[in-house]
Amino acid sequence: MTEVLAGLVAPFADIASSPRFFAEVLIGGVAAGLMYSLVALGFVLIFKASGVFNFAQGVMVLFAALTLVGLIERGLPVAVALALTVLVMVLLAFAIERIVLRPLVNQEYIILFMATIGLNFFLEGFGEMVWGANVKRLDVGIPDTSFKVAGVLVNRLELTAAVTAAVLVTVLAVFFQKTRIGRALRAVADDHEAALSIGIPLKTIWTVVWSVAGLVAIVAGIMWGAKSGVQFSLSLIALKALPVLILGGFTSVPGAIAGGLIIGVGEKIAEVYWGPLVGGAIENWFAYVIALAFLLFRPQGLFGERIIERV
Amino acid sequence: MNGATPGPLLEVDGVSVRFGALLALQQVSLTVQPGEVLAIIGPNGAGKTTLLNVISGFYHPDQGRIRFAGRDRTWLRPPDVAALGIARTFQNVALFRGMSVLDNIMTGRLLRMRGNVLFDALWWGPARRQELEHRAFVERIIDFLEIQAIRKTPAGQLPYGLQKRVELARALAAEPQLLLLDEPMAGMNVEEKEDMCRFILDVNEEFGTTIALIEHDMGVVMDISDRVMVLDYGRKIADGTPEQVRKDQAVLDAYLGVAHD
Repeated sequence: MTEVLAGLVAPFADIASSPRFFAEVLIGGVAAGLMYSLVALGFVLIFKASGVFNFAQGVMVLFAALTLVGLIERGLPVAVALALTVLVMVLLAFAIERIVLRPLVNQEYIILFMATIGLNFFLEGFGEMVWGANVKRLDVGIPDTSFKVAGVLVNRLELTAAVTAAVLVTVLAVFFQKTRIGRALRAVADDHEAALSIGIPLKTIWTVVWSVAGLVAIVAGIMWGAKSGVQFSLSLIALKALPVLILGGFTSVPGAIAGGLIIGVGEKIAEVYWGPLVGGAIENWFAYVIALAFLLFRPQGLFGERIIERV
Repeated sequence: MNGATPGPLLEVDGVSVRFGALLALQQVSLTVQPGEVLAIIGPNGAGKTTLLNVISGFYHPDQGRIRFAGRDRTWLRPPDVAALGIARTFQNVALFRGMSVLDNIMTGRLLRMRGNVLFDALWWGPARRQELEHRAFVERIIDFLEIQAIRKTPAGQLPYGLQKRVELARALAAEPQLLLLDEPMAGMNVEEKEDMCRFILDVNEEFGTTIALIEHDMGVVMDISDRVMVLDYGRKIADGTPEQVRKDQAVLDAYLGVAHD
Protein backbone atom coordinates (compact mmCIF):
# COMPACT_ATOMS: atom_id res chain seq x y z
CA MET A 1 0.00 0.00 0.00
CA THR A 2 2.67 2.47 1.01
CA GLU A 3 4.61 1.52 -2.10
CA VAL A 4 1.69 2.43 -4.36
CA LEU A 5 1.26 5.72 -2.53
CA ALA A 6 4.93 6.46 -2.86
CA GLY A 7 4.69 5.68 -6.56
CA LEU A 8 1.81 8.11 -6.96
CA VAL A 9 3.56 10.88 -5.08
CA ALA A 10 7.10 10.43 -6.37
CA PRO A 11 6.41 12.05 -9.79
CA PHE A 12 5.65 15.35 -8.06
CA ALA A 13 9.19 15.31 -6.75
CA ASP A 14 10.41 14.64 -10.32
CA ILE A 15 8.45 17.63 -11.58
CA ALA A 16 9.93 19.87 -8.91
CA SER A 17 13.47 18.64 -9.46
CA SER A 18 13.65 19.27 -13.21
CA PRO A 19 11.37 22.15 -14.22
CA ARG A 20 12.89 22.38 -17.72
CA PHE A 21 11.88 18.86 -18.60
CA PHE A 22 8.44 19.58 -17.17
CA ALA A 23 8.21 22.68 -19.38
CA GLU A 24 9.02 20.55 -22.42
CA VAL A 25 6.29 18.06 -21.51
CA LEU A 26 3.93 20.97 -21.00
CA ILE A 27 4.75 22.47 -24.41
CA GLY A 28 4.28 19.13 -26.10
CA GLY A 29 0.94 18.82 -24.36
CA VAL A 30 -0.19 22.30 -25.42
CA ALA A 31 0.78 21.58 -29.02
CA ALA A 32 -1.11 18.31 -29.10
CA GLY A 33 -4.01 19.96 -27.25
CA LEU A 34 -4.39 22.76 -29.81
CA MET A 35 -4.62 20.15 -32.54
CA TYR A 36 -7.38 18.36 -30.64
CA SER A 37 -9.08 21.73 -30.23
CA LEU A 38 -8.94 22.27 -33.95
CA VAL A 39 -10.70 19.00 -34.70
CA ALA A 40 -13.22 19.59 -31.91
CA LEU A 41 -13.89 23.06 -33.31
CA GLY A 42 -15.13 21.53 -36.55
CA PHE A 43 -17.68 19.54 -34.55
CA VAL A 44 -18.75 22.52 -32.46
CA LEU A 45 -19.33 24.76 -35.49
CA ILE A 46 -21.69 22.32 -37.15
CA PHE A 47 -23.36 21.30 -33.91
CA LYS A 48 -24.01 24.92 -32.96
CA ALA A 49 -25.55 25.90 -36.25
CA SER A 50 -27.61 22.83 -37.00
CA GLY A 51 -27.76 20.65 -33.92
CA VAL A 52 -26.18 17.87 -35.95
CA PHE A 53 -23.35 15.85 -34.51
CA ASN A 54 -21.18 15.45 -37.58
CA PHE A 55 -19.74 11.97 -37.36
CA ALA A 56 -17.80 12.62 -40.58
CA GLN A 57 -15.64 15.45 -39.20
CA GLY A 58 -12.64 13.13 -38.72
CA VAL A 59 -12.92 11.81 -42.25
CA MET A 60 -13.19 15.37 -43.52
CA VAL A 61 -9.78 16.00 -41.94
CA LEU A 62 -8.41 12.93 -43.70
CA PHE A 63 -10.10 13.81 -46.97
CA ALA A 64 -8.69 17.35 -46.92
CA ALA A 65 -5.18 16.08 -46.21
CA LEU A 66 -5.46 13.39 -48.90
CA THR A 67 -6.62 15.90 -51.47
CA LEU A 68 -3.77 18.26 -50.64
CA VAL A 69 -1.11 15.56 -50.77
CA GLY A 70 -2.60 14.05 -53.91
CA LEU A 71 -2.50 17.39 -55.72
CA ILE A 72 1.07 18.08 -54.58
CA GLU A 73 2.12 14.60 -55.76
CA ARG A 74 0.73 15.43 -59.19
CA GLY A 75 3.26 18.22 -59.41
CA LEU A 76 1.25 21.27 -58.42
CA PRO A 77 2.94 23.99 -56.36
CA VAL A 78 1.92 23.86 -52.68
CA ALA A 79 0.04 27.18 -52.86
CA VAL A 80 -2.02 26.11 -55.87
CA ALA A 81 -2.72 22.72 -54.33
CA LEU A 82 -3.86 24.42 -51.13
CA ALA A 83 -6.18 26.78 -53.01
CA LEU A 84 -7.68 23.84 -54.90
CA THR A 85 -8.15 21.93 -51.66
CA VAL A 86 -10.03 24.88 -50.20
CA LEU A 87 -12.21 24.89 -53.31
CA VAL A 88 -12.86 21.16 -52.98
CA MET A 89 -13.91 21.51 -49.35
CA VAL A 90 -16.27 24.40 -50.15
CA LEU A 91 -17.80 22.41 -53.02
CA LEU A 92 -18.17 19.50 -50.63
CA ALA A 93 -20.08 21.79 -48.24
CA PHE A 94 -22.45 22.84 -51.04
CA ALA A 95 -22.97 19.22 -52.04
CA ILE A 96 -23.65 18.11 -48.45
CA GLU A 97 -26.19 20.89 -47.95
CA ARG A 98 -27.96 20.08 -51.21
CA ILE A 99 -27.84 16.27 -51.17
CA VAL A 100 -27.82 15.36 -47.48
CA LEU A 101 -29.19 18.20 -45.34
CA ARG A 102 -31.89 19.82 -47.44
CA PRO A 103 -33.96 16.69 -48.02
CA LEU A 104 -33.74 15.94 -44.28
CA VAL A 105 -34.89 19.33 -42.99
CA ASN A 106 -37.19 18.99 -39.95
CA GLN A 107 -36.22 15.35 -39.43
CA GLU A 108 -35.15 14.05 -36.04
CA TYR A 109 -31.57 14.85 -35.13
CA ILE A 110 -30.77 11.15 -34.86
CA ILE A 111 -31.63 10.79 -38.55
CA LEU A 112 -29.27 13.60 -39.49
CA PHE A 113 -26.65 11.93 -37.31
CA MET A 114 -27.15 8.67 -39.20
CA ALA A 115 -26.79 10.60 -42.45
CA THR A 116 -23.38 11.87 -41.31
CA ILE A 117 -22.32 8.28 -40.55
CA GLY A 118 -23.20 7.50 -44.15
CA LEU A 119 -21.24 10.53 -45.23
CA ASN A 120 -18.31 9.24 -43.19
CA PHE A 121 -18.19 5.94 -45.08
CA PHE A 122 -18.73 7.62 -48.42
CA LEU A 123 -15.86 10.08 -47.95
CA GLU A 124 -13.54 7.37 -46.69
CA GLY A 125 -14.22 5.16 -49.71
CA PHE A 126 -14.23 8.04 -52.15
CA GLY A 127 -10.92 9.37 -50.83
CA GLU A 128 -9.35 5.94 -51.12
CA MET A 129 -10.67 5.48 -54.63
CA VAL A 130 -9.34 8.81 -55.89
CA TRP A 131 -6.06 9.11 -54.00
CA GLY A 132 -5.10 5.54 -53.09
CA ALA A 133 -4.76 3.87 -49.70
CA ASN A 134 -1.02 4.00 -49.05
CA VAL A 135 0.56 6.18 -46.39
CA LYS A 136 1.72 9.50 -47.81
CA ARG A 137 4.25 11.95 -46.56
CA LEU A 138 3.12 15.57 -46.36
CA ASP A 139 5.98 18.05 -46.51
CA VAL A 140 4.91 21.58 -45.71
CA GLY A 141 8.46 22.91 -45.68
CA ILE A 142 8.84 23.16 -41.92
CA PRO A 143 11.51 20.83 -40.56
CA ASP A 144 10.52 18.50 -37.74
CA THR A 145 13.49 19.65 -35.66
CA SER A 146 13.93 21.42 -32.37
CA PHE A 147 15.66 24.50 -31.03
CA LYS A 148 16.30 25.73 -27.52
CA VAL A 149 14.58 28.63 -25.80
CA ALA A 150 15.96 29.33 -22.31
CA GLY A 151 17.25 25.79 -22.17
CA VAL A 152 13.90 24.27 -23.13
CA LEU A 153 13.63 22.23 -26.30
CA VAL A 154 10.91 23.46 -28.69
CA ASN A 155 9.90 21.59 -31.83
CA ARG A 156 9.54 23.85 -34.90
CA LEU A 157 6.68 21.92 -36.43
CA GLU A 158 4.75 21.79 -33.18
CA LEU A 159 5.33 25.49 -32.63
CA THR A 160 4.07 26.35 -36.11
CA ALA A 161 1.04 24.15 -35.64
CA ALA A 162 0.27 25.72 -32.28
CA VAL A 163 0.57 29.27 -33.61
CA THR A 164 -1.57 28.46 -36.66
CA ALA A 165 -4.22 26.84 -34.52
CA ALA A 166 -4.24 29.80 -32.13
CA VAL A 167 -4.61 32.29 -35.00
CA LEU A 168 -7.39 30.28 -36.62
CA VAL A 169 -9.27 29.94 -33.37
CA THR A 170 -9.01 33.70 -32.74
CA VAL A 171 -10.23 34.54 -36.24
CA LEU A 172 -13.19 32.20 -35.84
CA ALA A 173 -14.06 33.64 -32.46
CA VAL A 174 -14.06 37.18 -33.93
CA PHE A 175 -16.03 35.95 -36.93
CA PHE A 176 -18.70 34.51 -34.65
CA GLN A 177 -18.93 37.44 -32.27
CA LYS A 178 -18.55 40.43 -34.55
CA THR A 179 -19.77 39.80 -38.05
CA ARG A 180 -23.19 39.80 -39.62
CA ILE A 181 -22.85 36.20 -40.72
CA GLY A 182 -21.54 35.19 -37.32
CA ARG A 183 -24.58 36.72 -35.70
CA ALA A 184 -26.84 34.90 -38.15
CA LEU A 185 -25.04 31.65 -37.32
CA ARG A 186 -25.61 32.10 -33.62
CA ALA A 187 -29.23 32.99 -34.31
CA VAL A 188 -29.78 29.79 -36.27
CA ALA A 189 -28.08 27.83 -33.49
CA ASP A 190 -30.45 29.30 -30.91
CA ASP A 191 -33.78 29.03 -32.69
CA HIS A 192 -34.47 27.88 -36.25
CA GLU A 193 -38.00 29.29 -36.49
CA ALA A 194 -37.13 32.68 -35.12
CA ALA A 195 -34.11 32.87 -37.44
CA LEU A 196 -36.30 32.09 -40.45
CA SER A 197 -38.85 34.68 -39.40
CA ILE A 198 -36.32 37.47 -39.43
CA GLY A 199 -35.07 36.54 -42.86
CA ILE A 200 -32.08 34.27 -42.25
CA PRO A 201 -31.99 31.56 -44.93
CA LEU A 202 -31.03 28.22 -43.36
CA LYS A 203 -29.47 26.86 -46.56
CA THR A 204 -26.95 29.65 -46.82
CA ILE A 205 -26.03 29.35 -43.17
CA TRP A 206 -25.55 25.59 -43.42
CA THR A 207 -23.37 25.93 -46.48
CA VAL A 208 -21.23 28.54 -44.71
CA VAL A 209 -20.92 26.40 -41.60
CA TRP A 210 -19.91 23.26 -43.47
CA SER A 211 -17.44 25.28 -45.54
CA VAL A 212 -15.84 26.68 -42.39
CA ALA A 213 -15.76 23.19 -40.88
CA GLY A 214 -14.07 22.07 -44.11
CA LEU A 215 -11.43 24.80 -43.80
CA VAL A 216 -10.79 23.85 -40.19
CA ALA A 217 -10.44 20.25 -41.40
CA ILE A 218 -7.80 21.34 -43.93
CA VAL A 219 -5.70 23.03 -41.26
CA ALA A 220 -6.05 20.08 -38.90
CA GLY A 221 -5.26 17.70 -41.76
CA ILE A 222 -2.08 19.56 -42.68
CA MET A 223 -0.83 19.71 -39.11
CA TRP A 224 -1.54 16.09 -38.22
CA GLY A 225 -0.47 14.91 -41.66
CA ALA A 226 2.88 16.69 -41.46
CA LYS A 227 3.51 15.11 -38.08
CA SER A 228 2.48 11.52 -38.62
CA GLY A 229 1.92 11.10 -42.36
CA VAL A 230 -1.37 11.13 -44.23
CA GLN A 231 -3.04 7.78 -43.67
CA PHE A 232 -6.43 6.42 -42.86
CA SER A 233 -5.80 6.32 -39.13
CA LEU A 234 -5.93 10.13 -39.37
CA SER A 235 -9.71 9.94 -39.32
CA LEU A 236 -9.46 8.32 -35.88
CA ILE A 237 -8.34 11.58 -34.27
CA ALA A 238 -12.03 12.41 -34.41
CA LEU A 239 -12.36 9.92 -31.56
CA LYS A 240 -9.99 12.06 -29.50
CA ALA A 241 -12.19 15.05 -30.20
CA LEU A 242 -15.11 13.39 -28.42
CA PRO A 243 -13.71 13.67 -24.88
CA VAL A 244 -12.63 17.21 -25.76
CA LEU A 245 -16.23 18.03 -26.64
CA ILE A 246 -17.61 16.42 -23.51
CA LEU A 247 -15.12 18.39 -21.44
CA GLY A 248 -15.64 21.73 -23.15
CA GLY A 249 -19.32 21.50 -23.97
CA PHE A 250 -20.72 20.75 -27.40
CA THR A 251 -21.89 24.28 -28.08
CA SER A 252 -18.93 26.32 -26.95
CA VAL A 253 -16.06 27.53 -29.13
CA PRO A 254 -13.95 28.59 -26.11
CA GLY A 255 -14.91 25.24 -24.57
CA ALA A 256 -13.45 23.33 -27.50
CA ILE A 257 -10.19 25.21 -27.09
CA ALA A 258 -9.95 24.82 -23.31
CA GLY A 259 -11.06 21.19 -23.51
CA GLY A 260 -8.40 20.40 -26.10
CA LEU A 261 -5.67 22.04 -24.04
CA ILE A 262 -6.69 20.32 -20.81
CA ILE A 263 -6.74 16.92 -22.46
CA GLY A 264 -3.55 17.49 -24.46
CA VAL A 265 -1.57 18.66 -21.44
CA GLY A 266 -3.24 16.24 -19.04
CA GLU A 267 -2.51 13.13 -21.02
CA LYS A 268 1.11 14.09 -21.72
CA ILE A 269 1.83 14.73 -18.05
CA ALA A 270 0.01 11.59 -16.97
CA GLU A 271 1.91 9.52 -19.54
CA VAL A 272 5.36 10.87 -18.77
CA TYR A 273 5.18 10.94 -14.98
CA TRP A 274 2.62 8.35 -13.99
CA GLY A 275 2.85 6.10 -17.02
CA PRO A 276 5.70 3.92 -15.71
CA LEU A 277 3.63 3.14 -12.62
CA VAL A 278 1.08 1.17 -14.65
CA GLY A 279 3.34 0.16 -17.51
CA GLY A 280 2.58 3.08 -19.81
CA ALA A 281 -0.07 3.80 -22.47
CA ILE A 282 -2.00 6.15 -20.18
CA GLU A 283 -2.14 8.55 -23.14
CA ASN A 284 -4.53 6.20 -24.91
CA TRP A 285 -7.26 6.18 -22.31
CA PHE A 286 -6.66 9.20 -20.08
CA ALA A 287 -8.93 11.48 -22.15
CA TYR A 288 -11.83 9.05 -22.00
CA VAL A 289 -11.60 8.64 -18.24
CA ILE A 290 -11.74 12.41 -17.82
CA ALA A 291 -14.71 12.52 -20.17
CA LEU A 292 -16.43 9.82 -18.13
CA ALA A 293 -15.88 11.78 -14.93
CA PHE A 294 -17.39 14.86 -16.57
CA LEU A 295 -20.38 12.93 -17.83
CA LEU A 296 -21.05 11.83 -14.27
CA PHE A 297 -20.61 15.15 -12.53
CA ARG A 298 -20.98 17.93 -15.08
CA PRO A 299 -22.64 16.60 -18.24
CA GLN A 300 -22.93 20.01 -19.88
CA GLY A 301 -19.14 20.36 -19.87
CA LEU A 302 -17.12 23.33 -18.70
CA PHE A 303 -18.73 25.94 -20.94
CA GLY A 304 -21.73 24.23 -22.47
CA GLU A 305 -25.24 25.45 -22.01
CA ARG A 306 -27.06 23.67 -19.24
CA ILE A 307 -30.19 22.16 -20.64
CA ILE A 308 -33.12 22.15 -18.29
CA GLU A 309 -36.09 20.34 -19.73
CA ARG A 310 -39.41 21.95 -18.99
CA VAL A 311 -41.80 19.48 -17.47
CA MET B 1 -52.28 48.98 -59.37
CA ASN B 2 -50.05 51.96 -59.09
CA GLY B 3 -48.79 54.05 -56.22
CA ALA B 4 -51.47 56.74 -56.59
CA THR B 5 -54.31 54.59 -55.31
CA PRO B 6 -52.79 52.16 -52.86
CA GLY B 7 -54.78 48.94 -52.57
CA PRO B 8 -54.81 46.65 -49.58
CA LEU B 9 -51.39 45.81 -48.15
CA LEU B 10 -52.24 42.15 -47.75
CA GLU B 11 -54.87 40.07 -49.48
CA VAL B 12 -55.60 36.53 -48.41
CA ASP B 13 -57.91 35.03 -50.97
CA GLY B 14 -59.84 31.80 -50.33
CA VAL B 15 -57.05 30.09 -48.42
CA SER B 16 -57.50 26.52 -47.19
CA VAL B 17 -54.98 24.55 -45.15
CA ARG B 18 -55.37 20.88 -44.37
CA PHE B 19 -53.44 18.79 -41.85
CA GLY B 20 -54.37 15.21 -42.69
CA ALA B 21 -58.08 14.93 -42.00
CA LEU B 22 -58.26 18.27 -40.22
CA LEU B 23 -59.23 21.34 -42.21
CA ALA B 24 -57.41 24.02 -40.22
CA LEU B 25 -58.53 26.81 -42.55
CA GLN B 26 -61.45 26.71 -44.97
CA GLN B 27 -61.71 29.27 -47.73
CA VAL B 28 -60.58 32.12 -45.53
CA SER B 29 -60.34 35.52 -47.18
CA LEU B 30 -59.03 38.63 -45.58
CA THR B 31 -57.66 42.00 -46.55
CA VAL B 32 -55.45 44.22 -44.47
CA GLN B 33 -55.43 47.92 -45.32
CA PRO B 34 -52.23 49.93 -44.94
CA GLY B 35 -51.97 51.54 -41.52
CA GLU B 36 -54.70 49.63 -39.72
CA VAL B 37 -54.64 47.48 -36.62
CA LEU B 38 -56.48 44.24 -37.29
CA ALA B 39 -57.31 41.75 -34.54
CA ILE B 40 -57.86 38.09 -35.34
CA ILE B 41 -59.89 36.39 -32.64
CA GLY B 42 -61.62 33.07 -32.15
CA PRO B 43 -61.89 30.15 -29.73
CA ASN B 44 -58.95 27.79 -29.20
CA GLY B 45 -58.18 25.72 -32.27
CA ALA B 46 -60.02 28.10 -34.58
CA GLY B 47 -57.02 28.37 -36.92
CA LYS B 48 -55.68 31.79 -35.91
CA THR B 49 -52.04 30.77 -35.62
CA THR B 50 -52.34 28.68 -38.77
CA LEU B 51 -53.48 31.79 -40.61
CA LEU B 52 -50.52 33.73 -39.27
CA ASN B 53 -48.19 30.90 -40.28
CA VAL B 54 -49.58 30.92 -43.80
CA ILE B 55 -49.11 34.68 -44.08
CA SER B 56 -45.51 34.47 -42.86
CA GLY B 57 -44.69 31.52 -45.13
CA PHE B 58 -44.21 28.78 -42.51
CA TYR B 59 -47.14 26.88 -44.06
CA HIS B 60 -48.29 26.98 -47.63
CA PRO B 61 -51.98 26.92 -48.48
CA ASP B 62 -53.54 23.89 -50.18
CA GLN B 63 -55.88 26.29 -51.96
CA GLY B 64 -56.07 30.03 -52.43
CA ARG B 65 -53.65 32.87 -52.94
CA ILE B 66 -51.85 35.45 -50.89
CA ARG B 67 -50.86 38.83 -52.23
CA PHE B 68 -48.67 41.34 -50.48
CA ALA B 69 -48.42 44.94 -51.70
CA GLY B 70 -50.14 43.88 -54.92
CA ARG B 71 -47.78 40.97 -55.71
CA ASP B 72 -48.54 37.28 -55.44
CA ARG B 73 -46.43 35.61 -52.77
CA THR B 74 -48.34 32.43 -52.02
CA TRP B 75 -45.31 30.17 -52.33
CA LEU B 76 -42.58 32.20 -50.68
CA ARG B 77 -40.60 30.72 -47.79
CA PRO B 78 -40.22 32.46 -44.42
CA PRO B 79 -36.88 34.22 -45.09
CA ASP B 80 -38.21 35.62 -48.37
CA VAL B 81 -41.44 36.74 -46.73
CA ALA B 82 -39.37 38.52 -44.10
CA ALA B 83 -37.39 40.19 -46.87
CA LEU B 84 -40.62 41.59 -48.33
CA GLY B 85 -41.28 43.46 -45.10
CA ILE B 86 -43.40 41.14 -42.97
CA ALA B 87 -42.12 40.60 -39.43
CA ARG B 88 -43.70 38.43 -36.76
CA THR B 89 -43.58 37.29 -33.18
CA PHE B 90 -44.44 33.84 -31.89
CA GLN B 91 -47.01 32.57 -29.44
CA ASN B 92 -44.32 30.83 -27.38
CA VAL B 93 -41.65 33.53 -27.47
CA ALA B 94 -38.90 32.53 -29.92
CA LEU B 95 -35.88 34.56 -28.86
CA PHE B 96 -32.20 33.77 -29.29
CA ARG B 97 -31.87 32.80 -25.67
CA GLY B 98 -28.10 32.77 -25.46
CA MET B 99 -27.69 36.25 -26.93
CA SER B 100 -28.00 39.55 -25.13
CA VAL B 101 -31.11 41.64 -25.68
CA LEU B 102 -29.08 44.05 -27.78
CA ASP B 103 -27.74 41.24 -29.99
CA ASN B 104 -31.23 39.82 -30.38
CA ILE B 105 -32.50 43.13 -31.69
CA MET B 106 -29.43 43.67 -33.87
CA THR B 107 -30.07 40.25 -35.39
CA GLY B 108 -33.54 41.44 -36.33
CA ARG B 109 -31.76 44.11 -38.32
CA LEU B 110 -29.78 41.61 -40.44
CA LEU B 111 -32.01 42.02 -43.46
CA ARG B 112 -31.24 45.72 -43.54
CA MET B 113 -27.51 45.15 -43.50
CA ARG B 114 -25.44 44.83 -46.61
CA GLY B 115 -21.84 44.03 -46.63
CA ASN B 116 -18.72 42.25 -47.42
CA VAL B 117 -17.61 39.25 -45.43
CA LEU B 118 -13.97 40.31 -45.48
CA PHE B 119 -14.67 43.82 -44.20
CA ASP B 120 -17.01 42.28 -41.67
CA ALA B 121 -14.31 39.96 -40.45
CA LEU B 122 -11.79 42.75 -40.17
CA TRP B 123 -14.35 44.96 -38.45
CA TRP B 124 -13.18 47.72 -40.69
CA GLY B 125 -14.31 50.51 -43.02
CA PRO B 126 -17.86 50.34 -44.34
CA ALA B 127 -18.69 47.40 -42.09
CA ARG B 128 -17.92 49.41 -39.01
CA ARG B 129 -19.79 52.49 -40.19
CA GLN B 130 -22.78 50.36 -41.10
CA GLU B 131 -22.74 48.61 -37.75
CA LEU B 132 -22.79 51.98 -36.00
CA GLU B 133 -25.71 53.25 -38.08
CA HIS B 134 -27.74 50.16 -37.38
CA ARG B 135 -26.78 50.33 -33.76
CA ALA B 136 -28.21 53.85 -33.61
CA PHE B 137 -31.52 52.65 -35.02
CA VAL B 138 -31.63 49.75 -32.59
CA GLU B 139 -30.98 52.14 -29.69
CA ARG B 140 -34.03 54.11 -30.81
CA ILE B 141 -36.17 51.01 -30.59
CA ILE B 142 -34.70 50.17 -27.19
CA ASP B 143 -35.62 53.65 -25.94
CA PHE B 144 -39.02 53.40 -27.54
CA LEU B 145 -39.86 50.12 -25.80
CA GLU B 146 -38.22 51.21 -22.55
CA ILE B 147 -35.83 48.30 -22.24
CA GLN B 148 -32.59 50.25 -21.75
CA ALA B 149 -31.95 48.59 -18.39
CA ILE B 150 -31.79 45.05 -19.76
CA ARG B 151 -29.91 45.51 -23.03
CA LYS B 152 -26.89 43.46 -21.92
CA THR B 153 -28.91 40.70 -20.24
CA PRO B 154 -29.07 37.32 -22.00
CA ALA B 155 -32.61 37.06 -23.38
CA GLY B 156 -33.17 33.62 -21.86
CA GLN B 157 -32.83 34.99 -18.33
CA LEU B 158 -35.56 37.62 -18.65
CA PRO B 159 -39.04 37.26 -17.19
CA TYR B 160 -41.70 36.28 -19.68
CA GLY B 161 -43.30 39.71 -20.09
CA LEU B 162 -39.98 41.29 -20.97
CA GLN B 163 -39.12 38.49 -23.38
CA LYS B 164 -42.30 39.32 -25.27
CA ARG B 165 -41.23 42.95 -25.40
CA VAL B 166 -37.77 42.04 -26.70
CA GLU B 167 -39.36 39.86 -29.35
CA LEU B 168 -41.44 42.85 -30.44
CA ALA B 169 -38.27 44.96 -30.53
CA ARG B 170 -36.53 42.39 -32.74
CA ALA B 171 -39.49 42.40 -35.15
CA LEU B 172 -39.48 46.21 -35.24
CA ALA B 173 -35.76 46.30 -35.99
CA ALA B 174 -36.50 45.03 -39.49
CA GLU B 175 -38.71 48.10 -40.09
CA PRO B 176 -41.54 45.91 -41.37
CA GLN B 177 -44.51 47.17 -43.34
CA LEU B 178 -46.68 44.52 -41.78
CA LEU B 179 -46.23 43.27 -38.25
CA LEU B 180 -47.83 39.98 -37.20
CA LEU B 181 -48.20 39.47 -33.45
CA ASP B 182 -49.25 36.08 -32.12
CA GLU B 183 -50.82 36.66 -28.70
CA PRO B 184 -48.55 39.52 -27.67
CA MET B 185 -50.21 39.75 -24.25
CA ALA B 186 -50.62 36.10 -23.33
CA GLY B 187 -49.48 35.36 -19.79
CA MET B 188 -49.01 39.00 -18.85
CA ASN B 189 -50.33 40.78 -15.79
CA VAL B 190 -52.59 43.82 -16.10
CA GLU B 191 -49.79 46.34 -15.93
CA GLU B 192 -47.69 44.55 -18.55
CA LYS B 193 -50.74 44.31 -20.78
CA GLU B 194 -51.33 48.04 -20.53
CA ASP B 195 -47.72 48.70 -21.46
CA MET B 196 -47.93 46.34 -24.43
CA CYS B 197 -51.16 47.99 -25.65
CA ARG B 198 -49.52 51.37 -25.51
CA PHE B 199 -46.47 50.09 -27.43
CA ILE B 200 -48.60 48.51 -30.14
CA LEU B 201 -50.60 51.71 -30.64
CA ASP B 202 -47.43 53.82 -30.59
CA VAL B 203 -45.75 51.58 -33.17
CA ASN B 204 -48.81 51.92 -35.36
CA GLU B 205 -48.85 55.70 -35.04
CA GLU B 206 -45.17 56.61 -35.00
CA PHE B 207 -43.79 54.12 -37.52
CA GLY B 208 -47.00 53.78 -39.52
CA THR B 209 -46.66 50.01 -39.25
CA THR B 210 -49.68 47.96 -40.24
CA ILE B 211 -50.42 45.40 -37.53
CA ALA B 212 -52.33 42.13 -37.50
CA LEU B 213 -52.55 40.49 -34.10
CA ILE B 214 -54.07 37.48 -32.45
CA GLU B 215 -55.40 38.12 -28.96
CA HIS B 216 -57.70 36.47 -26.45
CA ASP B 217 -58.28 39.37 -24.08
CA MET B 218 -61.49 40.91 -25.45
CA GLY B 219 -61.04 44.15 -23.54
CA VAL B 220 -57.68 44.65 -25.22
CA VAL B 221 -59.02 43.69 -28.62
CA MET B 222 -61.91 46.14 -28.43
CA ASP B 223 -59.59 48.91 -27.23
CA ILE B 224 -56.77 48.80 -29.72
CA SER B 225 -58.06 47.40 -32.99
CA ASP B 226 -59.58 49.25 -35.92
CA ARG B 227 -61.10 46.06 -37.22
CA VAL B 228 -61.77 42.59 -35.86
CA MET B 229 -61.94 39.33 -37.74
CA VAL B 230 -63.38 36.23 -36.10
CA LEU B 231 -62.44 32.64 -36.93
CA ASP B 232 -64.27 29.55 -35.75
CA TYR B 233 -63.41 25.98 -36.79
CA GLY B 234 -61.25 27.30 -39.60
CA ARG B 235 -63.95 29.52 -41.09
CA LYS B 236 -64.31 33.26 -41.02
CA ILE B 237 -67.56 34.03 -39.21
CA ALA B 238 -67.31 37.80 -38.84
CA ASP B 239 -65.25 40.77 -39.98
CA GLY B 240 -65.95 44.38 -39.00
CA THR B 241 -65.42 47.13 -36.46
CA PRO B 242 -65.16 46.09 -32.81
CA GLU B 243 -68.68 47.43 -32.28
CA GLN B 244 -70.17 45.36 -35.09
CA VAL B 245 -68.37 42.21 -34.06
CA ARG B 246 -69.37 42.58 -30.43
CA LYS B 247 -73.05 42.42 -31.40
CA ASP B 248 -72.72 39.71 -34.04
CA GLN B 249 -74.89 36.71 -33.20
CA ALA B 250 -72.58 34.16 -34.86
CA VAL B 251 -69.69 35.44 -32.76
CA LEU B 252 -71.68 35.27 -29.55
CA ASP B 253 -72.65 31.69 -30.39
CA ALA B 254 -69.11 30.69 -31.13
CA TYR B 255 -67.82 32.10 -27.87
CA LEU B 256 -70.66 31.23 -25.56
CA GLY B 257 -71.78 28.05 -27.25
CA VAL B 258 -75.46 29.05 -26.90
CA ALA B 259 -77.93 27.11 -29.00
CA HIS B 260 -80.40 29.29 -30.84
CA ASP B 261 -83.52 28.36 -32.69
